[in-house]
Amino acid sequence: MTLPAQLGIVVGYLVLALLIGLSAYRLTERTAADFYLASRTLGTVVLLFTTFATLLSAFTFFAGPNIAYHEGPEWILVMGLMDGIIFAILWYAIGYKQWLLGQQYDYVTLGEMLGDRFGSGLLRGIIAAVSLLWLFPYVMLQQVGAGTALETLTDGAIPYWAGAGLITAFMILYVVLAGMRGIAWTDTLQGAFMLVATWIAMLWLLTVVGGPTSATAALETEAAAHVALGSDHYTPQWMLSRALVIGFGVAMFPQVNQRFFAAGSRTVLKRSFALWPILCVLLFVPSFMIGAWAHGLDVTVPADGNVFPIVLTEFTPGWFAALVIAGAMAAMMSSSDSMLLSGSSYFTRDLYRPLAEFSSRDVSDRREDLLARIGVVVFATAAFLVSLVNPATLFELGDAAFSGFAQLALPVLAALYWRRTTRAGIGAGILLSQAFYLLSHFATVVPGTYAGWSAGVVGMALGLAATVAVSLVTTPAAAERRALYFDRNETGAE
Amino acid sequence: MGSLELAGWIAVGIVLCALAIPWFLWGNSTVVAGLPVWLWWHVGWMGLASVVFRQFARRAWGLGIGIEPGPDPSPSSNSGPESERTSKPKPADAELESERRGEPP
Repeated sequence: MTLPAQLGIVVGYLVLALLIGLSAYRLTERTAADFYLASRTLGTVVLLFTTFATLLSAFTFFAGPNIAYHEGPEWILVMGLMDGIIFAILWYAIGYKQWLLGQQYDYVTLGEMLGDRFGSGLLRGIIAAVSLLWLFPYVMLQQVGAGTALETLTDGAIPYWAGAGLITAFMILYVVLAGMRGIAWTDTLQGAFMLVATWIAMLWLLTVVGGPTSATAALETEAAAHVALGSDHYTPQWMLSRALVIGFGVAMFPQVNQRFFAAGSRTVLKRSFALWPILCVLLFVPSFMIGAWAHGLDVTVPADGNVFPIVLTEFTPGWFAALVIAGAMAAMMSSSDSMLLSGSSYFTRDLYRPLAEFSSRDVSDRREDLLARIGVVVFATAAFLVSLVNPATLFELGDAAFSGFAQLALPVLAALYWRRTTRAGIGAGILLSQAFYLLSHFATVVPGTYAGWSAGVVGMALGLAATVAVSLVTTPAAAERRALYFDRNETGAE
Repeated sequence: MGSLELAGWIAVGIVLCALAIPWFLWGNSTVVAGLPVWLWWHVGWMGLASVVFRQFARRAWGLGIGIEPGPDPSPSSNSGPESERTSKPKPADAELESERRGEPP
């Protein structure tokens, strides 16, 4: 595969995405709700795939198959449990209630929804700030991932800074023009493409090596422990910790959480909910089994190399490998552009706008729409510039982002379902669990694991305990509006 | 009745979570049709989960949410900047539109 051909595929993809963005732009109304939420009109397929494509980060195609290669395919079980079941349940428990509240009160962000209920601009700001703390380094990691992948694909012809810069510029142009509607459309295209491509890749590999039976037999000869369920790496505590933390974390990731507001109707939410487990199996089984089987197939993977592209290059034609790698990079971009959009909305709506209104400046709808787009540019550029400096602390934060977001989930669930939750309670729960989790990373006095359970899970439990305990000993503040979340004459469910 | 039904569905949810990973096959390395048997269990279990979720969506959707999906409390009183957002629903969404605006059926 020649360099120009590979580049052609990558650039061709980017141009296609831009065209879709442009066609979405023509449909766009100039309001923040349209920019962020496509005016709450997403249908089943688009909502399902845009949420799905947002989850298709670098992990699914690079880090995940690498783990399956080195440790065995048990990750499939963790992914299925967290994304297929835990997240689906949260899709209902958090997502449906958020959607109902968003419909009634026009909420666009999580912070806005909670700030309104607890009558607290400060709480709203804290939730936005905490989210941005974890989101910023995570966006940066995706840029680093895409830049590095482009550098590898072109054998260094495009250096890292140029690749990451190019992709950042493209993302900015794209997100600023297209908004949520354009992102959702390309996500749908990408999600479907990557799903099909991963299956073709697996079938191709299996055809070459003589079917799954011989592939697994080869793996068994090479590393029998990988076929048996569990290992020193995959302990029950470890698997459950990952599944819990990531499953709850996903639901609090701004770009996923915000999609709860964007559904077009109840029917859309219902259908997507039932399709989640199937979609997860369809994606994760082939992508992770490719990694796992590679271990038995004499594929040499350098210590810091990625299995997935190496297997593709070895067992499938060059054009196909380049196409799939371009698709995987695009998938990383699709995660990032959604994150940029949500990050910008958290910043403008929950941090900037309340401050502007506080200083009695009126923020019109058109103006907020403009600010939102400026926010995207600032956020993306800052993440790119910071990634050039290669700051170790931020890398660590990015890797820990899922656990960081997971800390928000239980206090939020308490607020949604437990009437006695008070402003002080939820505030304490959020701040304590964040502080604990950050310390477990950066201070040696707080350990990272507890009898095999990760600090992320322990922090979640602490956050819930603090929310409940403080709520019990405090009374609701005068500005709280509990009735927003509960029926006045609630006697149970319908 | 409502709370009994809710408890039942919560129990179902817990079981779905608990057995997505077949703990009873721990250490097992039997291979069936080219894949470890524990992976087949997982694939089947996810299929089952999808069926259960669909049943829940059909029969019990809204259970335990705690708010009526009912009428909008006068949109003007909490007019966000987007209160005129639904100016042009797409034709296909028109009937869903009435559903989500909370108009009586």
